[in-house]
Amino acid sequence: MSDALPIEVTSPTPLLELRGISKEFPGVKALDDVSFAVHPGEVHMLLGENGAGKSSLMKVLCGAYRADAGEFYYKGEKVAISSTADAQKLGIAVIFQEFSLVPYLDIAQNIFLGREPKGHIPGTIDRRKILADAKRVLDTIGFDIDPSTIVDKLGVAQQQMVEIAKAISQNARILVMDEPTAALSDRETELLFALIARLKADGVSIVYISHRMAEVFALGDRITVLRDGRRIDGVRPADVTPDQLVRMMVGRNVDMTYPRNFADKPGDLLLEVKGLTASTGISDINIEVRRGEIVGLCGLVGSGRSEVARAIFGADPVSAGEIIFDGKTISGEPDLAARRGIALIPESRKSEGLALLRSVSDNLVVSALRKLFPSGLFDQRGAQRTSDGLIRQLRIATPSARQTVGLLSGGNQQKVVIGKWLAAGSKLFIFDEPTRGIDIGAKSEIFALIDRLVAEGAAALMISSEQVEICHVCDRAYVMREGRIAGHLNRNELTEENIVRLGMHHA
Amino acid sequence: MTDITKEAMMPPRSFVSQDAIQVFYRLLAALLICAVLAVLSDSFLSLGNILNVLRQASLTFFIASGLTLVVLTAGLDLSVGANVALSACIAGTVIHKTGSPALGILTGLACGGIVGLLNGIMVTALRIPSFIATYGMLWVLNGLTYWYMAGETLHGFPAGFRQIGSGYLFGLPIPVYLLLVFLGIGTLFAQRTIWGQEIYAIGANPVAARLSGIPVARRLLLVYAVSGTMAGLASIIFLSRLNSAEADIGESLTLPAIAAVLIGGTSLFGGVGTVFGTFIGALILTLVLNGMNLLSVSANWQPLVTGIIVILAVWLDMKTRRRAQ
Repeated sequence: MSDALPIEVTSPTPLLELRGISKEFPGVKALDDVSFAVHPGEVHMLLGENGAGKSSLMKVLCGAYRADAGEFYYKGEKVAISSTADAQKLGIAVIFQEFSLVPYLDIAQNIFLGREPKGHIPGTIDRRKILADAKRVLDTIGFDIDPSTIVDKLGVAQQQMVEIAKAISQNARILVMDEPTAALSDRETELLFALIARLKADGVSIVYISHRMAEVFALGDRITVLRDGRRIDGVRPADVTPDQLVRMMVGRNVDMTYPRNFADKPGDLLLEVKGLTASTGISDINIEVRRGEIVGLCGLVGSGRSEVARAIFGADPVSAGEIIFDGKTISGEPDLAARRGIALIPESRKSEGLALLRSVSDNLVVSALRKLFPSGLFDQRGAQRTSDGLIRQLRIATPSARQTVGLLSGGNQQKVVIGKWLAAGSKLFIFDEPTRGIDIGAKSEIFALIDRLVAEGAAALMISSEQVEICHVCDRAYVMREGRIAGHLNRNELTEENIVRLGMHHA
Repeated sequence: MTDITKEAMMPPRSFVSQDAIQVFYRLLAALLICAVLAVLSDSFLSLGNILNVLRQASLTFFIASGLTLVVLTAGLDLSVGANVALSACIAGTVIHKTGSPALGILTGLACGGIVGLLNGIMVTALRIPSFIATYGMLWVLNGLTYWYMAGETLHGFPAGFRQIGSGYLFGLPIPVYLLLVFLGIGTLFAQRTIWGQEIYAIGANPVAARLSGIPVARRLLLVYAVSGTMAGLASIIFLSRLNSAEADIGESLTLPAIAAVLIGGTSLFGGVGTVFGTFIGALILTLVLNGMNLLSVSANWQPLVTGIIVILAVWLDMKTRRRAQ
């Protein structure tokens, strides 16, 4: 650990400095003597696996948590951050992953929520002024939109812009962003990066939490790595390689190439989709998946990938076309598809994959009830036995099968979703963004698991926005564009470049 | 360092289930109420009074037990009281016309079940929120019953039939036996069948349940049909106990049944609760009303007290559950 970084010389007084911050929860030391400095106009990357302390540090920064120990210095002067109001006064604003906008109010009202300019009649809002003020703020961040638009009508990227505008309107000098690109398309990400550059030029500092290596190197002026609540190191992007960063984050070597044992020749045809069309915006989809294969389904966010997955699984009604699984046509609700052996691991595991308040065991057996208890009589101990087996097999980190599943980390929650289909004995696994929000260690475990599944005769259809993952893991891939299959790439053609080329909109 | 160590550091969770803890607290509360009443009133501990409490509680429980399943799926059935009234009037008519109690009982159960099934169809096929669907059904059933009865009262049923509601067997009222039977069946169904498990899963997260391959619509149909059938059963007990049927007998039944479910610890948001909890809920509700009667507190205070208990019980639940997380 090097305390005397060369950077300290170039900009002597940080805008904000945290020294020796510790925060403890019952049984967990979330932050342990963490020091951290933000300089004016820099993008400071905060890196670490899930549970490394990034969120806790962020919450300490914005005053949501009170540090148990440690000191704060603003422009060299000692200050206290013990409430969100304190943080706001210092110009610290946080853009959380879950936005805090009021969906049914318009953009202007959201930006000035609680600080609305008053009208002549007491209790009213000066409508003209609020719109003009909002327009001015939106202009400064280069967001060209009518401020009277209702927020509910905006896409994720636009809502994020509104959040940023809100922060800027409060004179934020330090903007903390938690995985801001997680839900953005490539194009939207570019726009965000442009905005970040603009803010930087205005002297705004940005603390940026990310799981994406490419972003860290593209944007970061400085990188702080956290692991298990401790600051591991602070480095400049030019001085490290991605591998070195990963090693710092996980404290061990992780193979980033996602080992895959490609079969010599694919097995029998398992899934055949012919001319699938649905009102959700997909048309004439033709897909084949054979046993032993991992087939990628790529394309931009919104190109219809998830809709194809849902249509195959019966989650959305199909208006035309045919789905032949294991030699038989299927059509109907998800319970039919599940019984035949199709598994869907949905994109948002918290809202669609798990009953968060129920136990790990409840979640693991939910799709296999009929198989495990053919008599119809449920037996808690039997469920527990099956769950314990899956917990061991998948190495799910949980104190017990009775733990509430919502308390597990993202990676372990994902393993539970996969485990539920292992219990059901599924043959085709449809993964929708299986590694979203999952730390690097758990990612390779999940890929190793998928590899093992297909080696044992199952098959996988995998949707991912991480083209690197598709290229490493898949036997071949379909690329979607605007609700249709735009092309097919064999193993030897499977490069990021080809995926992007096929998936791009042609003006 | 891996996830394993991180999560091993999390505070260990108690291995007694939340459900068990909640039922335990409720039993304590019921016992506490009994103790207080025993001290305050000489007649509380008399056999006659205790049997009376149990019989009263059983009537609320029959309706509330089916309702519990509905609430477990994050739904609500506001039509149960109106369903009891219609089923009682139809069953009573059949007994009068045919002279056969057995046929009357079957008709009452069937009527309740069909009404429940219609609720289920509105909720699943038509996707009407259960609150609205069953609220509408409440008015429809009331309308049908008032039209059908046209202000008449059915009165006087065969002695054998009246035994169901007011008879005794080995010193215990027959409704108490029925209570034990249905408490057992309800608990087994919810805890020990895969259907019960699926119902909990649907309540906890309906989207995830569907995407986990649970036939959500079919389970919901079942749940509403069961709720309706239990209302049908309650109608038979009422008919035989009161020895009469009128169009308005259902009006005071729905809200106490919902109160029993809530006092019993079943969450209106679904996925949490037990049939046994509802039994304790019905018991607590009955005990308090019985105690107020014994202590000569004006009946005008009863709704107020019921309301306070419901709010207290739900508030305490939320508090303990938040702490557990």
